[in-house]
Amino acid sequence: MILLAASTVLFMSGALGSILFQRAALKKIWALGSVLAGSLLGLIPAFQVLRNKITFAYSFKETLPGLKFQFGCDELSAFFLIPLLGLSAGIALYAFGYLKKEKHLLGSLACFPLLVAAMMGVLVAQDGFSFLIVWEIMSLTSFFLVTTEHGNREVRFSGWIYLVTTHCATLFLLVFFILLFKKTGSFAFQDFTLLSSKSYLTGFLFLAALIGFGTKAGIFPFHIWLPHAHPAAPSYISALMSGIMIKTGIYGILRAVTFLPPLPLWCIESLLVLGILSTVLGVLYALLQHDLKRLLAYHSIENIGIIIIGIGLGLLGRHTHNAAIEFLGFAGALFHILNHTIFKGLLFLGAGNIIQATHERRIDQLGGLLKFMPLTGITFIIASLAICGLPPFNGFISEWLIYMGLFDGVKDLPRGPFSFCIASLVGIAFAGGLAIACFTKVIGVVFLGLPRTKRELPLQEGSWLKRLPMIILAILCFVLGVMPQLVLPFILPTLPVLGLKVPASALNLPIQSLQTFSVTFMILIGIFILIALIYKALLLNKTKRLAPTWDCGLREPSARMQYTASSYAEPLSTFFYFLTGPTVHFQTLKGIFPKTTSFKTHVEDLAERNLWTPFVQKTVEIMSWVRKQQQNQIQNYLAYIFVTLILLLLWEVWVGI
Amino acid sequence: MEWVLIGIMLTAFVTLGSGRLSNCIRAVALQGALLSLLVLLPSHSFSDSHHVFLATISFLIKTIAIPALLAWSLKQAKIKQEVDPTISLHLSLLWGGILLVGAFSGAKVVSLPTAPFPFLIIPVAITIMFVGFFLLVSRTKALTQVIGFLILENGIFLFGITLIGEFPLTVEMGVLLDLLVGVFVMGIMIYHINKTFDHIDTKALTLLKDSE
Amino acid sequence: MLAGIQIIVLLTFSPLFVGIITKTKAFLVGKKGQPLLQPYYDLLKLFKKDVVYSTTSSPVLKIAPLVGFSTLLMSFLLFPLFGKAPLHFEGDIILFAYLLALGRFWALLAALDVGSSFAGMGASREATIGALSELAFFVGLGVLAYSSDSLSLDSIFLWKLGHSAWQPVFLLLFATFFLLLLTENSRMPIDDPNTHLELTMIHEAMILDYGGVELGFILYRSTLKLFLFMTFAVSLLWPTLLSFSLASLVFLFFKIAGVAVGVGIVESTLARIRLLKIPQFLIANFMLALLALLVALSTGGN
Repeated sequence: MILLAASTVLFMSGALGSILFQRAALKKIWALGSVLAGSLLGLIPAFQVLRNKITFAYSFKETLPGLKFQFGCDELSAFFLIPLLGLSAGIALYAFGYLKKEKHLLGSLACFPLLVAAMMGVLVAQDGFSFLIVWEIMSLTSFFLVTTEHGNREVRFSGWIYLVTTHCATLFLLVFFILLFKKTGSFAFQDFTLLSSKSYLTGFLFLAALIGFGTKAGIFPFHIWLPHAHPAAPSYISALMSGIMIKTGIYGILRAVTFLPPLPLWCIESLLVLGILSTVLGVLYALLQHDLKRLLAYHSIENIGIIIIGIGLGLLGRHTHNAAIEFLGFAGALFHILNHTIFKGLLFLGAGNIIQATHERRIDQLGGLLKFMPLTGITFIIASLAICGLPPFNGFISEWLIYMGLFDGVKDLPRGPFSFCIASLVGIAFAGGLAIACFTKVIGVVFLGLPRTKRELPLQEGSWLKRLPMIILAILCFVLGVMPQLVLPFILPTLPVLGLKVPASALNLPIQSLQTFSVTFMILIGIFILIALIYKALLLNKTKRLAPTWDCGLREPSARMQYTASSYAEPLSTFFYFLTGPTVHFQTLKGIFPKTTSFKTHVEDLAERNLWTPFVQKTVEIMSWVRKQQQNQIQNYLAYIFVTLILLLLWEVWVGI
Repeated sequence: MEWVLIGIMLTAFVTLGSGRLSNCIRAVALQGALLSLLVLLPSHSFSDSHHVFLATISFLIKTIAIPALLAWSLKQAKIKQEVDPTISLHLSLLWGGILLVGAFSGAKVVSLPTAPFPFLIIPVAITIMFVGFFLLVSRTKALTQVIGFLILENGIFLFGITLIGEFPLTVEMGVLLDLLVGVFVMGIMIYHINKTFDHIDTKALTLLKDSE
Repeated sequence: MLAGIQIIVLLTFSPLFVGIITKTKAFLVGKKGQPLLQPYYDLLKLFKKDVVYSTTSSPVLKIAPLVGFSTLLMSFLLFPLFGKAPLHFEGDIILFAYLLALGRFWALLAALDVGSSFAGMGASREATIGALSELAFFVGLGVLAYSSDSLSLDSIFLWKLGHSAWQPVFLLLFATFFLLLLTENSRMPIDDPNTHLELTMIHEAMILDYGGVELGFILYRSTLKLFLFMTFAVSLLWPTLLSFSLASLVFLFFKIAGVAVGVGIVESTLARIRLLKIPQFLIANFMLALLALLVALSTGGN
């Protein structure tokens, strides 16, 4: 506890130092140094908690009547603290290199340690009241970080969207915690377990939590801030937000599961449906994006969907008393959380490198970067393999666990849950296929082929400070894939917190399979090396020539004739026309000597187009009517407030909540 | 018997996914043949004159008469061979999948005795009715409407033959007759629509509404 | 030991079945056709040739065929060709599917590596087809898992020697996997393996810039893949014999040769589907798999 407190103090002082000092170098050292030191310091207790299974808690004295601030760290918190602090440390290193020449990004740097501290606070808060406070700090600091380049109109717009959505979500959380407070008479998490299990109330509470936390996590219809905020933020912040901040939403859902009574079946089913929607639509919209970071943002939605399916599957297993499915679902979800932090962090850092080197986010303007930035390219390829769930990388293992649970569900569960398992199975499998299409598109267009535009800038990787965290993350992708049993000591202690009583016999089979993966992947790598040797042997004594790419007899092919990302995704876009509905901007050619024209498409996602835009428009209409009614006199406003308070009081007295 | 039932289902899907009218007609004819075969399959049905009679009649009507009629009107109307769906073909197929799942989960609830036939007959009957409805809703040409109607009727027929033991066959014969008349009317209508408007798109019928 | 035999049998005999398909096709159009062993001659020739690389290319171009080849060998180790699979554990069915996906990932990258618009076009189509065929594939695997109550290829294909193969479920599954076989191996109604027009190619367009040894690996891989899918499909109807013997080997060959002839007949009788219609074909296959699932459920499965 002391170490956690110390690291919080470090974060705070870093932020303070970063504000107080005017010189850029000092600002940077204070902020980033404190994040680095604080994170490394905070990792120690997190590991201790998981290893020795000693949880600790601390509650302050009653500050307000009926209110106690309680903080503590159990296994679930510790499990989330590890990716949070680990990734933050890596990102702090990366940021040292990233911010070298970018003075204009320093303005909001002080928020970076604050954000990390706030996220840590979210994970260790043990009562609703302090949870909401740190949650709000997290939202605000991340808002300031997103709007770092506030000179840009687009960035301001994205920032507003983020701010509004995140506060709407907090509203639901407020309702969630206040209802719990009313029913149990306390804000402390451990007291929430006393809630009597009325299924409609549980369902309602769960829905509130799902919307509140789901918005932060980026579950499908509530995800709209994600694809706006990520491209707007500086890359290292995107890595932090996508890598770990959205996971605090998942943490919230898991935490809610720990203290809510057993959930009714329809809650679990709606969770699964949202998971499937996020998975499939997330990757589908990712495929159609032209902006690298926006694409990655949509991919986060897909991965969150997979995690949600895992959690839903675990709950389904609990509901049907099937310990194996419960284990596979929760373990898969937890493992995927860890994995997603690793490879999504890596992907965003890679994107940061690309953007810093080329000043370009549009995929279709890039090309051939592998030759100039080999390290970025290789790590990006590794991360892509991992995010597509391909062996022998870590993404495969977590998806495998979830698949196993789903197949088990197909085998063993009764008719109703069975159909959800089949649907999830199809959803994840299809998303896997689309993810392959999506990442081959990114790699192929950005890293392979020839540069599509001429650049004056010398293309460089950047300093070693930038490369080191990327190398570490890439190695982690591989190691956790080949030796998945390394992660078990983190996952197994966490499961009992989620209410999983792990019967050793039920788990033998999957754990054994997990260990066989080491052998299997070694064989795979062995075969690959063997084949490579045979290939080398076959190439001995042979002449190797270089020749231009086959152009079908075309004279003077140019780099602009390469297949673009948009054309690559076109068949799928056309096939899913009813979901994608791309907007086309095109002026048809007219006359004998037509003027130059351009062709542009862009895709707005379904939720934004058909749900939120109309909703916001209606709201604006109503609100502008309300605005016309007001007479701009302070007395009137006071009267409104007074009347509202009276009404609320009466409601409280007569009805209660 | 499960084979025949699955065949019936597959023919329904062919009509959903096929882009050519003549293929649809062929699929419907095949479906009729399979249906007639199905009537004969339970043991003792060859000795039962009711069954043999029903099979023969339904074969004559569903496999020969109506498809021939449809093929004739297709030729007469000299229309394009394509289906012109309002919902694209692959979406139709996906909808078919949804209907399929719906039918199978609904079949549990219906729980009818299916005595000589396997249980599969109920979900197949429901699916086919659904598909028939779907074709009626999603296709514009009058000819495809007839096909949809036919498939719908085949579904009802499937339901009907589970009751073959208890109910007099006159009910079923009534249905068949009904259908034949319906198709004749449709055929004549198609012929006339075509003669008057030069095409058989039912969308054009909306022009007949009172103008304001 | 068994693994060794399996790999050797596989490497030696897989091109033969490509020969059988070609021969069947030639026979059906009344030609004498290539000699049965032509695929072997082709491979030998390619492995002897020098190599030419595109100036645009990066190492990805060279790595991709090797990855593809080794993933395929790996997936064969998971498959009970005769007797038990050399490598099997609960859940290898998913690894099997993802190994194939890994091969596809690299093949797509290699196609995009040379920066040719033809290869890009092929890759784009292949990615679409790949994504859509996952639907039928995974539902098919789900049905298998449900009806054999197991998640390992080994026990799926060995579950009961005397299982009544001609249950509707298995015939539907066979149809599903046969169509997948045609799709995944770029066979006729989807893609014409003999086409010489860049604009209509799918698989061939992706490998336009390969030659020599690398092309040899790619062609070899495609014969292996064909062999794998044919075995997969046919094992649904006639499960593998339990122990390894000469008899089981001969039995296996006859089964696969049968499917090869079947593929040849299908390829000769069907016209190629328009590119725009391919997704519809795959969706139809998905429906077939879904139907198999529902039939398996309502007839009780196991």
